[in-house]
Amino acid sequence: MIHVSLTHYLVVSAFLFSFGLYGVVTRKNAVMVLMGIELILNSANINFVAFSKFGNYGLNGQIMALFVIILAAAEAAIALAIVLNIYKTFAHVDVDKINNLKE
Amino acid sequence: MLENYIPIILVLVIAAIFAGAIIASSRIFGPKRPSKAKVMPYESGKNPIGAARQRFSVKYYLVAMLFIIFDIEVIYVYPWGVEFKNLLNSHGMFAFWPMFIFLVVLELGFLYIFKKGGLKWD
Amino acid sequence: MNQSTFLQILPFIILSAGIVVAILVEIFTTKGKALLPAFFSVLFLANSLLSLAQINVSSNLYQMLALGGKAAFFNFIFSIGALIAVMSSVNYVKKYGANFGEYYILLASSVLGMMLMAGALDLFVVFLGLEVMSINFYILAGINRKKKTANEASLKYFLLGAFATGFVVYGIGLIYGSAGNTNLNFIINNFTRLLKMPLFVIGLGLFFVGFSFKIAAFPFHMWVPDVYQGAATSVTGLMSTIGKAAAFSVLIFAISPVTFNGAEHIFRPYFATLAILSTLYASIVAIAQTNLKRMLAYSSIVHAGYMSIGLAAGNVYSVAGIIFYLAAYTFMNLGAFGVIAIVEDENDGKTDLKAFAGLHKKNPMLAGFMALFMFALAGIPPLAGFFGKYYVFVGAIKQNLLYLALVGITASLISVYFYLRVVVYMYFKDEEEDFEIKTDYPGMFAVLVSGIFVLIFGVFPSILMKLITSVLR
Repeated sequence: MIHVSLTHYLVVSAFLFSFGLYGVVTRKNAVMVLMGIELILNSANINFVAFSKFGNYGLNGQIMALFVIILAAAEAAIALAIVLNIYKTFAHVDVDKINNLKE
Repeated sequence: MLENYIPIILVLVIAAIFAGAIIASSRIFGPKRPSKAKVMPYESGKNPIGAARQRFSVKYYLVAMLFIIFDIEVIYVYPWGVEFKNLLNSHGMFAFWPMFIFLVVLELGFLYIFKKGGLKWD
Repeated sequence: MNQSTFLQILPFIILSAGIVVAILVEIFTTKGKALLPAFFSVLFLANSLLSLAQINVSSNLYQMLALGGKAAFFNFIFSIGALIAVMSSVNYVKKYGANFGEYYILLASSVLGMMLMAGALDLFVVFLGLEVMSINFYILAGINRKKKTANEASLKYFLLGAFATGFVVYGIGLIYGSAGNTNLNFIINNFTRLLKMPLFVIGLGLFFVGFSFKIAAFPFHMWVPDVYQGAATSVTGLMSTIGKAAAFSVLIFAISPVTFNGAEHIFRPYFATLAILSTLYASIVAIAQTNLKRMLAYSSIVHAGYMSIGLAAGNVYSVAGIIFYLAAYTFMNLGAFGVIAIVEDENDGKTDLKAFAGLHKKNPMLAGFMALFMFALAGIPPLAGFFGKYYVFVGAIKQNLLYLALVGITASLISVYFYLRVVVYMYFKDEEEDFEIKTDYPGMFAVLVSGIFVLIFGVFPSILMKLITSVLR
């Protein structure tokens, strides 16, 4: 039985953050980029809850995690709506090909 | 110890009786006009026979997005509900009104969606 | 909660209640788009006066929200800026095809988020305000969902904005973990102790990187030109001015002299790099732009660079200078975007330099105002932009950062070229495109108000400066 300490949580969250970063940078599909962003936000959530549990800092971190979850959901809803509009006007959701603006 | 479970059993019994009564009364009093659609096996309102990979109507997305928002907002209510008695003792009615206002605003959003036809299927 | 605290949170209550009422209006009537502009104009006016009245009393709400003082000053700027934005939107959104009541509700909600950011005493509130502001901006940028440009702007803004938010949240997480608290005052008081923890430094770094996206400084600026060009002109005006002011209000709080003296080896190189890169890069790239909205986007990066000079200096003078600059920039830029919103046609056209050729013959008043805003943005005395730069540069020189001030002056010399080119086109070129400009009263009123503020802050800078120094005390 391994003892799970704060460091384990931090490592997991750092990995999630890096995966999210990688996803945002490399993915072409807008929905996949969005999933990368969600990973970043949720890695922060792991941090909040882990610090709150191991640091004896009270419940602040957990409440912050609740707020992050809600705002991430709101962001996801907005993002899906934007992606839907993109699909309706461009007929694809490839972020690399959405560059009409630069003239 | 065991008597603590009496309310739960009571609720279960009442629920069972109520559900049974509703089903039975609809069986007894309701008109019976079986049609092809009605006797079909239930598959969440979809045709049970055919390819599993179907294209979904884009309207699903709208409802799904709205569902995400309203579903997640409940997360605020859970901790509040669990701690409500303690909060009431320590803060008085101040424990109640903020959540009340929050829920009113949330309902306002729902009313807005409803009025704007966000939940209309056609 | 006593009576004076209640008076101080009244702007928040008024705005929130106003948004709720506006949603009710949208639900039960179809007159929203006609009623709401006037309704929110009155609200913003009331809020600006209330904030101004509370400026000398400072207190806080449960150690979460600062009331009065600097926060009230920022609320004043936000309310006036939002008022001008509403005014210049009234007619513009009809042209743009986004004449919805929701437009004004979203605008007001974004202002609520900014007010939270400016008053935040806790990293929770910073995050909450940031998200409330940003989410509304994402929607506002794509408010006309039939336009490709608007959708593209909205998507780009969302992807980069949410990415930046991710950095901010992760940074807050690490700061919370190392400090054990998210209260900003606590963090500032224990700053030197916390600075010894690598986790805290990383968290702070991520926090600043996230906010560098929001203020649109150089290495994090990629979204700015596309978003500012693609979004509706009135929305661009809003997010380039008070949106940026809100992001700076958080950075200014974090860079209070107490924290700064403990960590100048971290802050100064970071913000100095941002400042040098953004001013020089963006002022050179802006020369090549023919679209005015795109040019003003690069100009906004340049201005973020000037303000970063103030952050790098980090003394009281430079912070006061930044606040002055933000106020001045709000009015110059809102005015310039107000003029563009009037000239723009139904199909997003007429935003390039050619459309402004010979403007003074067509509409001398509009041309005059545009010239005023361009001179002010270029920093020509005695207009508001000049004193903004002056105070920031003086702050830098007092901190022995002469090289930063010199870089800033070089960049402003370069940028004079592209601002004055607009004036040259308006006054010394013949009309190239024959079209009629339909002015409208609310739009002209917005331009007029911005113009008056630019002149007042330019001719009598001491009025504003006294207010700011009293607030910073």
